[in-house]
Formats: sequence, structure tokens, C-alpha cells
Amino acid sequence: MKVLVAVKRVPDYNVKVRPKSDGTGADLNNVKMSINPFCEIAVEEAIRLKEAGTATEVVAVSMGPKACQEQIRTALALGADRGIHVETDAVLQPLAVAKLLKAVFDKEAPDLIILGKQSIDSDNNQTGQMFAALAGLPQGTFASEVVFTDGKVKVTREIDGGLQTVALNLPAVVTTDLRLNEPRYASLPNIMKAKRKPLDVLTPEELAVDVGPRLTSVKVEPPAERAAGIKVDSVAALVDKLKNEAKVI
Amino acid sequence: MSILILAEHDNASIKIATLNTVAAAIAIGGDITVLVAGSDCAAAGQAAASIAGVAKVLVADNAAYANQLAENVSLLVAELATDYTHVLAPATTNGKNILPRAAALLDVAQISDITFVVSADTFQHPIYAGNMIETIQSSDVIKVITVRTTGFDAVAAEGGSATVEIVAAAHDAGISSFVGQEVAVSDRPELTSAGIVISGGRGMQNGENFAMLEKVADKLGAALGASRAAVDAGFVPNDMQVGQTGKIVAPDLYIAVGISGAIQHLAGMKDSKVIVAINKDEDAPIFQVADYGLVADLFDAIPELEAAL
Repeated sequence: MKVLVAVKRVPDYNVKVRPKSDGTGADLNNVKMSINPFCEIAVEEAIRLKEAGTATEVVAVSMGPKACQEQIRTALALGADRGIHVETDAVLQPLAVAKLLKAVFDKEAPDLIILGKQSIDSDNNQTGQMFAALAGLPQGTFASEVVFTDGKVKVTREIDGGLQTVALNLPAVVTTDLRLNEPRYASLPNIMKAKRKPLDVLTPEELAVDVGPRLTSVKVEPPAERAAGIKVDSVAALVDKLKNEAKVI
Repeated sequence: MSILILAEHDNASIKIATLNTVAAAIAIGGDITVLVAGSDCAAAGQAAASIAGVAKVLVADNAAYANQLAENVSLLVAELATDYTHVLAPATTNGKNILPRAAALLDVAQISDITFVVSADTFQHPIYAGNMIETIQSSDVIKVITVRTTGFDAVAAEGGSATVEIVAAAHDAGISSFVGQEVAVSDRPELTSAGIVISGGRGMQNGENFAMLEKVADKLGAALGASRAAVDAGFVPNDMQVGQTGKIVAPDLYIAVGISGAIQHLAGMKDSKVIVAINKDEDAPIFQVADYGLVADLFDAIPELEAAL
């Protein structure tokens, strides 16, 4: 079974990103970039499937500028077998990424495609679902468990108030939630080995995909600040304030 | 303009998230139609017809929609959507699961998690875990949008008298099936609609200690939440997570206990009316957003709070 795993290059989750002063976007100058944490969980899940003997090959794919190859190399260092980079300097919106992924899916014919449920920069939570729709595949979004039985994949999903399990025909799309697994760290020898693993570069033109944006970012600004309140010195004072000042209990 | 709303419901009744979404639709302006897709969902359809501001209700009652599998419902939404200028759903796990799929079938973009309507084609939504608010404009013929429910005050569930139409279309993609569901049964109110929420963070040290918060929650009639740190540490299940990657809440009173206040947590609760923080680290960022801060060891303060209520 072949697994395709998508990774996105985003600002490292430890970095507090601020808007540019002219409001044209996020200020990413000198910001450390990493694999999106949910995509890291996706890579980990793919590698575990290979270690368990379920998957035979793990292919990591990313779309964007040349620098995305760093994140593909990270996925390779974690255990993916080869990489595919769809190189473009265009700003890619989820629908465009889904279309590119569909083109890669058509070329590679994987049995399972794993993505993160959302990226920590644009926070859209769309790409996996959109790709699944374009490819006509079933989807197990917000997955906390993935199990293969009887030629299908059973995905346990984190839903409001609990968990839901669905059975999906293969090929299938899975998007990861936090508790699916705990990603490993890449070892130094594996980082070195990853440099020699194959990485194909394609372009949207070669894949015949129109990546033109549908949405225009008009302005980006910091959120309204919440005025700081007061410190109380005891539980009794707190309860008094909540009862008599805020009147919420 | 004409707006189609995918209702959040349990076949018997309409969830409050639908009422928030209707409020967003009213802010956009135009005729509002609510789609109730389910199985044996006539009661939910009737309830939708009473929502203030709704002109029409479409009821798609079919076994294919029984558990609102995205593969099936998205086909229905995409078919109906061509008669509308906007398609909205609440940004619940259900809405997030189905709507992007419908958008892709329509070959249009989706705008996720809107918190404000600027105009019929321009909206605001948080990005970067709430560190920024983006104003975003759509050039698509059909605008597909998920609505962050805390951004819009719910409309009245009663007072409307919409016409109800039956939709016969049965879309069964036949590629997925429902296996089962485990929904936590609790006497406490639901996290996203509770008037009071009390949440614990990494400072709780382990899952057993959340029992202390449960006692306080029971006295206040509050829902129980947690920070992502507490979920990551395995103290509590992920469905309790409040934050950008979890649930977004805006209760009248939010009590953060042993939570440092990472931006990703603040993004999930900073619209609460009154925020209380209890933390022993007086420099914790949570105090910057708290109306009332108490610098104290939570293992002393929480039992004392429970006794005082």
C-alpha cells in the first residue's frame, strides 16, 4: 500500500507572528519555518503504517516556493521514502492546493492520503476535504485513530462532544487531529540519509492546474486588545467580585 | 441575495450553533433558507421553521443523510447551492467536515470561521491562532462560509414562520459508512453553549485533579474545559479542549485554572464576558486578559472556592 502525505511549510509554532505594519499580511522576515504540527502528525502516522507493514511506500508532497524542500527533507528524515515538490511562488489557497494534490494523486495512485486537519498559519481546515471531493474519495477528518480492516480503513474522528467512527473505502483521505500520535524526532544519521533520498520537482503548469486565487486578503491587523483587569488577593474577594460587581454567579 | 444555511441538528431539534449562523446570514442580508439534512428529521425541520428571520426550510429526509456523512451531504449541498449567492454553516466539526467538500464540488473557495460581516463579499476571520484578524474578500459567484458561532449572537429560536419544503434528492456516494459514535454523556452543559466554563491547564498536574474542578463546575452549573497543554499531556480528552485547534467558547464567565494563557488558548476564550484566572505564576500571560486574577496555588484556591460557593 502506498501512502501519500502532504506537508506544509509554516512559521514554527513557538514563534509569535505579527502583522506587517502596513497590514498587507503576516511579517515573516527572519521567522523560523517548520513543518505544520498537524502535518507532522500525518507524517508520523504514515511512517508507523510502514513500520507496521501496512504501507510499503511513503511519499511526502509539498506545494510552494523552493524553500518547501526543507520541510520535505524533514519528512524524509522522519522516514518518508521519497518526496514530491510542486514548485511555485504563487500564493496558494486551499482550493488550489487541493487541485495540485489531485493531480499528484492521479500520477501516484496512492491508497491512502494523510494531511493535517489545519495549518497553524491560515487556520482554514479545508484542504483535505476539498481534495477528497475533487478526487471523489471518502474522508476521515480530525482522526484520532486509523485502523485497516477488510480492505477498508476505519477512522475514529474527534467530533463535538465525543468520537465518531466511520469506515471508508480505499483509496481514502485522512486528516489528523492532535491525539492521533506523538511525532518522533529525526535522528542525525537519518537527517544525513534524507539528503540522498529522491525528490522530484513539478510545476503547476506541468500538472495543468490553474492556481489563481479566489480570495483577496484586504487587510491583516492585530486583534482588539482586551483591557487588563484587577488582581484580587483572596478567594473570598474573588467570589465577592463575581457576585456583586460582575454579577455572573 | 439568497443564503442557504446547513443546519446543525440532531434530527429531533436544532442546535444553537444554527441560530448563530442565521445571525451571520442576517448581517449579510437577503432571503434565508435553512437546509435540514438528516434521517427522520421532520421535527428538526419544524423547529428550523420557527427560527426568527428564516424564510424557507428545506428538509432532506433520507437514510443516506442519517449520520450526516460528508461524502453524501456535500453532494446535496452542492446541488442545492447553485440557487444561492451564499452557503453558510456553523464552524462546528460537522460544518468543517462537510462545507469545504461542497465548496470544492462547486469549484469555489471557502472562507473559514468568519467573526464579522463587512459586506456581502467581505468578511473578517482570525488567522495565526487569533494573533491576527484578516479581512478577506471573495470573488466567487457562490460564497461558501463557515461561521464562528461566538462571533454572532444567536437569533430567537421562536417567532419565525418559514415555509417547509421537502427535498427528494437522495445522494449516496456509497464510499463511506457510519460505524459508531461515543458521545460523552454528562449532566453538565455543553462546552460551547454553557453560561459558565471552568477550564484546567497543565497546572492541574494530572487527570485525577480535574475532579476538583468538577466539584466547582457542579456548584456553578458550569461546563468543564481544558487547555491544549492539558490535552497534550493526556490529562483529559480532546473534546474538552478550548483554543484555536479546539472549541471556541464565549460564556458569561470563564474561569481559567492553572492555565498560563498561550495565544492558542486565548484565541478560544478571549471573547468571554468575564474572565477569571487562578495561577500561582503572577507573570502568566493569562492575567493580561483576565478581569479578575488571583495569584494562588490552585490546590489551595479551588477547594476554598468550592466551599465559598
